[in-house]
Amino acid sequence: MTDPVSDCDVAVIGGGPSGLALATALRRMGVARVVVLERESEAGGIPRHCGHPPFGMREFGRVLTGPRYAERLVTAAVDAGVTIRSRTTVTAISPGPLLQLATPEGTERLSPRRVVLATGVRETPRSARLVSGDRALGVLTTGALQSTVYLKSRAPCRRPVILGSELVAFSALLTCRHAGIQPVAMVESEPRPVAWRAATALPRLMGVPFCAGSTVTRIHGNGRVTAVTLRDAAGVEKTLTCDGVVFSGRFTAEATLARMGHLETDPGTGGPRVDSLGRCSDPDYFAVGNVVHPADTAGRCWREGNALASTLVRSLAGELPTADSAVPLEVAGDIIRYVYPQRLPLARPPSPEAGIRIRFARAARGRLVVRRGNESVLERRARVLPERQMQWRLPASILSSADEPLVFHFEPE
Amino acid sequence: MTRQVHEPPFPDGRLARDTDPSVDPGHRFDVIVIGAGVVGCAVARRLALAGAEVLVVEKAADILDGASKGNSAILHTGFDAPPGSLEQSCIAEGYAEFLDIHERLNLPLVRSGALVVAWTPEQEARLDGIVEQAHRNDVEDVVRISIEEAGNREPGLGPGALGAVSVPGESLVDPWSTPFAYLLQAMAHGTRVLRGCVVENGSFDGGCWTLQTNQGELTTTHVVNCAGLYGDLVHRALSGDEAEFHIHPRKGQFVVYDKSACALSSSILLPVPTETTKGIVVCPTVFGNLLVGPTAEDQESRDDASVEADTLAMLKREGERILPALAGHAVTAIYAGLRPATERKEYRVLEDAARNYLCLGGIRSTGLSAALGLANIAARWLTDGGSAFVPPRAIDWPAAPAISEHGERDWMRAGNDGMVCHCELVTRREVLAALDGPLPARSLAGLKRRTRVTMGRCQGFYCSAELADLAADRFEEPLARAPEEATG
Ligand SMILES: Cc1cc2nc3c(=O)[nH]c(=O)nc-3n(C[C@H](O)[C@H](O)[C@H](O)COP(=O)(O)OP(=O)(O)OC[C@H]3O[C@@H](n4cnc5c(N)ncnc54)[C@H](O)[C@@H]3O)c2cc1C
Ligand SMILES: Cc1cc2nc3c(=O)[nH]c(=O)nc-3n(C[C@H](O)[C@H](O)[C@H](O)COP(=O)(O)OP(=O)(O)OC[C@H]3O[C@@H](n4cnc5c(N)ncnc54)[C@H](O)[C@@H]3O)c2cc1C
Repeated sequence: MTDPVSDCDVAVIGGGPSGLALATALRRMGVARVVVLERESEAGGIPRHCGHPPFGMREFGRVLTGPRYAERLVTAAVDAGVTIRSRTTVTAISPGPLLQLATPEGTERLSPRRVVLATGVRETPRSARLVSGDRALGVLTTGALQSTVYLKSRAPCRRPVILGSELVAFSALLTCRHAGIQPVAMVESEPRPVAWRAATALPRLMGVPFCAGSTVTRIHGNGRVTAVTLRDAAGVEKTLTCDGVVFSGRFTAEATLARMGHLETDPGTGGPRVDSLGRCSDPDYFAVGNVVHPADTAGRCWREGNALASTLVRSLAGELPTADSAVPLEVAGDIIRYVYPQRLPLARPPSPEAGIRIRFARAARGRLVVRRGNESVLERRARVLPERQMQWRLPASILSSADEPLVFHFEPE
Repeated sequence: MTRQVHEPPFPDGRLARDTDPSVDPGHRFDVIVIGAGVVGCAVARRLALAGAEVLVVEKAADILDGASKGNSAILHTGFDAPPGSLEQSCIAEGYAEFLDIHERLNLPLVRSGALVVAWTPEQEARLDGIVEQAHRNDVEDVVRISIEEAGNREPGLGPGALGAVSVPGESLVDPWSTPFAYLLQAMAHGTRVLRGCVVENGSFDGGCWTLQTNQGELTTTHVVNCAGLYGDLVHRALSGDEAEFHIHPRKGQFVVYDKSACALSSSILLPVPTETTKGIVVCPTVFGNLLVGPTAEDQESRDDASVEADTLAMLKREGERILPALAGHAVTAIYAGLRPATERKEYRVLEDAARNYLCLGGIRSTGLSAALGLANIAARWLTDGGSAFVPPRAIDWPAAPAISEHGERDWMRAGNDGMVCHCELVTRREVLAALDGPLPARSLAGLKRRTRVTMGRCQGFYCSAELADLAADRFEEPLARAPEEATG
């Protein structure tokens, strides 16, 4: 393509809480040209369609709904002098850095000094979960439900089944209540709710049966969904009449740019692999927010965005340590979902202990083991739950070699 | 159900502005084509270009809702078709004509080529026979290649391959834009289309057909039965002929991998075929995805294109055996198609010259490739029957919307009104064109086939709200309702 190339200091891809927080902080720290590229008609990210509280306690000291919160973030960014370009999709990234943009006026290119991916997460849809049955209308995700209800004042179904019990499933319930939609059941394959133990109170309050240890094995309906087959913990199947199926949670990074581009990606998060400074495999690129760790709250992402600003300022000034020699972290087995960051700096005394976070795919009790080659270099006993995170400070002593990865593995009892 | 033809198909009038223009009850067409699958669309085009006044009737709310909605999207050379068969000659003719016309209709063609890969000694022993059969079918460029060469061409190929045959001519096409473009060209030459119209019965009085439909009676001189999965039932209703053939639907399931996987193979990877099926194929698509499938499962139902978790998981395993690197990539879509198979392998082309009736039935698993060849059969039948038509002086070549990854997309151009579907990069202008243009989309499925909205990795997570808004009041089955309606 022969589109003209413009430039700027930092381009942030994605105008959600993390991207807006970062851009705002960068301007406040004196970085001149900070651009947020947002493909939707307005910046604000996922909270734009979370019509319920609580958002904003940490950021604005008060409880806001998602849309109010998103507005406040946008206002703060604009006031700080951030250029927000909405309806602007980044279609490709390459070394340079160089970004391909698509706008209502066609294509153009942007060559910032640094690029930050803050592209967030999406939920895993039915297709990727390989659920049997008809491909009927009314099969959706919480994101689709929320945006239809809160942004378009429409209801995609009247009596859906909600799958999953991560936090976002309860957002789905609240969204239904707002639109006068009455879910017929909430279905969770784990023996207890994933979000927190008392989480069944909300469905009970709304008169929605909570079916733990159950799975939807089939979707029925020629045209629109008419029913699902539900299999309970004892293996007994029954048919539930409904007109929609909401697949909630199982977040995955919205990181196609990284996968199709030149950045290394992590099989666990689906997003770019980062070091403890948030740097991607190309050190001109950084990543922040839920694209790095599917998925946490808006507040957490906002705080990370804020914190990344000083790192970027140092990077622009050429003051960051080089990214060359780092210890790669990897995961084996299917109990650990991911570890991040995925690269830690080589320990050069007196380097402090290095903090990591680990997120789990399912419940287990046993030993969390770190291996280098065949040698176990660190372990601890743990009881873990799906989607919960564990923070761990690794002693500098095991961060001695950049040649061999540290492999994290969970050995159940 | 007898409703007057001029009434809109949806009785409440809500969709009146989207209905197909009504047909005068007394009007006599030269030809009525029953079924807007790929075969019906190609036939309508060919007959319209021959100068006939054609009406296409389609029972579904939108075109391409039968066998033609889910296939592998390969334009076959016919290298492995039974030599001397009608299928082989139709594929050869269809292939040649597609190459000739696709640019004028703005239809993508990716000359990927195929490799037939043998994984067992028995399969390897059959490779020379495949080459020989290809040569008998005049597909001359098919050759045995060494396993090293296959590996050089497709470095992602898994371990254990024993030998391969290269079929350079096998190509990729857009399975929906292709028939859609055929029909648009027919419409540019006067063809009318009536959707939501079911042919229930018919009678021939020696010169003229009267077809009974749910939209009233339709009159025509000739009838071409292109009813695909219902071809035998329509045939029975029109000819009274019980025993001629029976459709035994054969389902094929697929998994589609995300665009990141497309680079893993540039060729179509075919197994050594068996008697009943071409087997499970790993195949790039013109949309930049990679698909694995289809299965071949006999069933009774003509409509049930449901998918099965176990089968999909098997397809993933099979895909990962053939291309191990697939393991790191996400499945973005799952689907199934139904082949209109019959008790025999050969197409069921039945001409009844005395009754001005042609049946193009049992177009089992190669119809996308053979459709233009089958359309030639229909044209010869029509003119051999003594009918003289005056072909149009100048031929119109309406350009199909460019929705493949090959060629300039709408989002690259100014004035596209912004992106609606972020995964497939579909613009608002494209969606509105499909909703308002000729033969407007009548269902989400129809809109997907015309534009690819929601067909990407997020499956509507980001764009379905916007689509519900844009398509409000357009579809028989709305994507979403206003709240008061929803709670009612
Ligand atoms: C359905 C759903 C409900 C949720 N509910 C809650 C909740 O109630 N409370 C809570 O705290 N958290 C909730 N979350 C978690 C949510 O991810 C975080 O609140 C927060 O939005 C994460 O911020 P972020 O900046 O990482 O990404 P996001 O908010 O997701 O923002 C990413 C932005 O990047 C844009 N983008 C992506 N790719 C491109 C591209 N190529 N070009 C240009 N722009 C691009 C997107 O359009 C989007 O605006 C929910 C998540 C989902 C999916
Ligand atoms: C899994 C699979 C993979 C395939 N892969 C390939 C491939 O790679 N390459 C290739 O060339 N071919 C392929 N095919 C074959 C190809 O898809 C079919 O041969 C072709 O779609 C048949 O088209 P048709 O028009 O005959 O039937 P259909 O598409 O079924 O069309 C018939 C139409 O008639 C309508 N109809 C039925 N009854 C009535 C009535 N009473 N009144 C009005 N309308 C009626 C139906 O609604 C339907 O729309 C594949 C098929 C399958 C299933």
